[in-house]
Amino acid sequence: MTEPGARSELLDSLSASIPYIRFLGLIFERRGDEITALMPYKPDLIGNALLPALHGGATGAFLEITAVMQLVSDTALKDMAAAGGKQPENYAPVMPRPIDITFDYLRSGKSLDTYARAIVQRRGRRVANVRIEAWQEERSKLIATAHGNFLLTSDRS
Amino acid sequence: MTDLSKRLTEGVAASDGEGAVLAGVPHSAAMGMRLISAEGGEAILMLPYSDELVGDITTGVLGGGAITALLDTCCGASVFACKTKDILSTATLDLRIDYMRPATPGKDVYAHAECYRITRSVAFVRALAWTEGRDRPVATASAAFIVDRKREAGG
Repeated sequence: MTEPGARSELLDSLSASIPYIRFLGLIFERRGDEITALMPYKPDLIGNALLPALHGGATGAFLEITAVMQLVSDTALKDMAAAGGKQPENYAPVMPRPIDITFDYLRSGKSLDTYARAIVQRRGRRVANVRIEAWQEERSKLIATAHGNFLLTSDRS
Repeated sequence: MTDLSKRLTEGVAASDGEGAVLAGVPHSAAMGMRLISAEGGEAILMLPYSDELVGDITTGVLGGGAITALLDTCCGASVFACKTKDILSTATLDLRIDYMRPATPGKDVYAHAECYRITRSVAFVRALAWTEGRDRPVATASAAFIVDRKREAGG
């Protein structure tokens, strides 16, 4: 699915620098302001070897990270616009952190590549509410959805 | 070791630390999760701190998703640990996680799940994860699982 122009330098450098994203093997592409996340299949993602089925925890982590990357991307696009269309040097946006997330598992994930997209339902000053969907062969046959609140500011205490 | 512990950790020769590697669950094994105990509808798991699972390199805090995977696994293990012997498999229906504080960098994460109600088809579970002590939770979880049982004769 990789086409020239779909990769974003910021998303590439973020995913290369975050060990857990490398551990899961996630890839992110941006078209316009929409992120599509890809979790290529690998045996390490399996939770039930008999079926086989993806581990609910792996799918959950994938959804969560997709939301974080969509929020970071939105922040970066906004900051870039404010800086006159250029990404500031050594740009390091605040990473949103989950406050709470609810995962719904709709179908068991097969040993196939999985895709996800996040819809930011509301972005406030401190908190964003996000809905995320994951699917495999067919966009209309979701394997899991999630919705949650993410903290956008760095202070937590 | 209980039957359940054996089933989840089958194929592991000797453990080189606390608990036994969850060899029966490939993703959990890849993360390094260990089963400490599973009995009477309760399970305790431990996720050793690992550089590979870090979600924030400036602080060294583990990725939120790693805690999600730990709690999901722990909740599932507690369902298997229920006294009913005829459970074939379980699948997560839904899982809610509240993230209370970051896991302390460098510290192993513990999780304790309790299956507090199980019917023929559904199990209800709550769980807690911590690094510094149970009174300082990193996250709490609440989950429902669908339960597949061995078919009864004539049923």
